[in-house]
Amino acid sequence: MTDHNFEPTIIGFTCNWCSYRASDLAGTARMKYAPNVRLIRLMCSGRLDPTFVLRALSEGADGVMITGCHPGECHYIEQNYKALRRFLLLRRVLTGLGIEPERVKLVWASAAEGARFASETTAFVEEIRKLGPLNWGKDEGERIKDEEGNKNSSFIIQPSSFEKEVPA
Amino acid sequence: MTVNGSKPKFAMYWAASCGGCEIAVLNTHEKILDVDANFDVVFWPVAMDAKYKDVEAMEDGSILLTLFNGGIRNDENEHLAKLLRRKSQIMVSFGSCACEGCIPGLANLSPVGDIVHAAYNTITTDNPNEIYPRISYDVPEGELHIPKLAKVLRPLDLVVDVDCYMPGCPPESHQIAAVIDLVIKVVKGEAELPPKGSVIGAGDSTVCDECPRARNVKSIKEFKRIQDIAPVDPDLCLLEQGIPCNGPATRSGCNARCPAVGAQCIGCYGPAEGVMDYGARLITAFSSVIDANTTEEIDRILDGIPDPTGQVYRFNLAGSLLKANRDAWKVK
Repeated sequence: MTDHNFEPTIIGFTCNWCSYRASDLAGTARMKYAPNVRLIRLMCSGRLDPTFVLRALSEGADGVMITGCHPGECHYIEQNYKALRRFLLLRRVLTGLGIEPERVKLVWASAAEGARFASETTAFVEEIRKLGPLNWGKDEGERIKDEEGNKNSSFIIQPSSFEKEVPA
Repeated sequence: MTVNGSKPKFAMYWAASCGGCEIAVLNTHEKILDVDANFDVVFWPVAMDAKYKDVEAMEDGSILLTLFNGGIRNDENEHLAKLLRRKSQIMVSFGSCACEGCIPGLANLSPVGDIVHAAYNTITTDNPNEIYPRISYDVPEGELHIPKLAKVLRPLDLVVDVDCYMPGCPPESHQIAAVIDLVIKVVKGEAELPPKGSVIGAGDSTVCDECPRARNVKSIKEFKRIQDIAPVDPDLCLLEQGIPCNGPATRSGCNARCPAVGAQCIGCYGPAEGVMDYGARLITAFSSVIDANTTEEIDRILDGIPDPTGQVYRFNLAGSLLKANRDAWKVK
C-alpha cells in the first residue's frame, strides 16, 4: 500500500458480557490503542449474523473484528462456538469472493482482558493498514458511472480486456 | 377485458438468460391461450417476430405488462431494459436472472477478459488462430456491431425500476398461471396489483416449510456430496444427512420440488422473505448444524463443502450485498 495516510475503518462487534467490558476496562485503565475501531455491542457473539459483516464490508469498512468470550465461558452456554463456526465458514466464502479473509478477525477476550483487547485491536488495525483499503464495489461502480457520463465509452469492455484480439 | 376498445398489450423479453423462463411460460399449457385471449402480444422475440424499432415506435406506457427475464450483461440488454421500462406500465422482474443474477451472475467472480478467453480459447474450443469477436466490423453493406459486454452482470432492478419480482429458475408454471390469472383480474378491475416491490408468484416462507421430509435435531459430523451417500434416506431432512441443502434460506413457492424427489435444494427461488443476504443466511444455517467446537474439527467438516462461495451464492451472487453494492452500482 503506497498511501501512507490510509486510516482503516474497522467495525467491531463485541459481546456484552466480556469483550465489551474488556474495551471498557481498556478505556478506564487509560490504555492506548488504535482509534480506528467502531464498536457495536451485541448481547453475545452468537448474535452475530454474517449479514452484519457483509453489510459492514459493503458499506465501506476495511475490516471487521468479532469478539466474544473464551470458549467454555459463554454467558449463554455455547453460543460463542456458533460464532466460531460461522466465522470459519464466512472466511471461506469471503476468500471465494476475492476478499482477503484476514479482513475478518475473531478475538476471544474476557472482561478482565482489557490489555489483550487493546493489543489485539492495534495489531488488527496494523494488519488492515498493510492490506490497504477494501473499496468493495465502489471502485467498480465509480468506473461504471464515469463511463456512463462519457458518451464515447458507455459501459463497455475496456480495450485492454481484448488484448488477445486478433484481426479476423 | 378491453382498454380503450382494444386488448392490453403484453411483452416478454430475455436478456442474459437461458430461455428456460419462456419454456416455463409455455409450460402453463392451455393457460397460454388466456394470455392470447386477454392480451395483444406485441413483443416476444422467442415466440414471434418483432423488431426493436417497432417497440421504439410505441407510445411510452402503451404496454401494460412486460415480463423481463435475464440479467443485464451487455449494452443491448441495458438498452432493452430501459426501453421496455419506458414503454411498460408494469415491469415484472421475471425469473432468477432478472431478480438476482442467477447462474450468469457467477461470472462476476471473473474479469470480463477471462470470460471471453474461456469462451473462445479453452480446450473444448478449436481456435488455433486465437480469433476473438470484434465489437464492430466493416462489411460492404456497412459497419456491423455486436453488443458490448459490461464489466459485471447486474440484476434488472439495478438498471431500471421494477414493479414486481417473480423469482425462480425458472418460475414454476403453476405460479406463472396464478400470476396470469391475477393480472387478467387486474385488467378486468376485479383485483388490485400488489404494491410496488412485491414478490409475486412465490411463498413468503422457506423451502423447508414446504418440504415433506422429517426434521429432527440437526447435528452433523460431516458434509458430503449427495452422490457420495448411498442410499439417501428418502424421509429424513437432507441437511441432517450431511448434504448441504439450501432450503433454510430459500424462498418457498416451488412445493419443495427438489428435496421431495431426493435432490438438495440449490436455492433457485432466491432469498426468503426478510433475508438481506442469501449467502449470510445460509452460512448461519450450515454453521448451526455442525457438531464440533474446535477450529480443527470445524475446518475438517467444512472441507466437505468444496466450493463454499458457489454453494451459498449459486443463484444470488449478483444480487448479494457484496457483489452488487447497490449504492455504488445504482446507475438507473
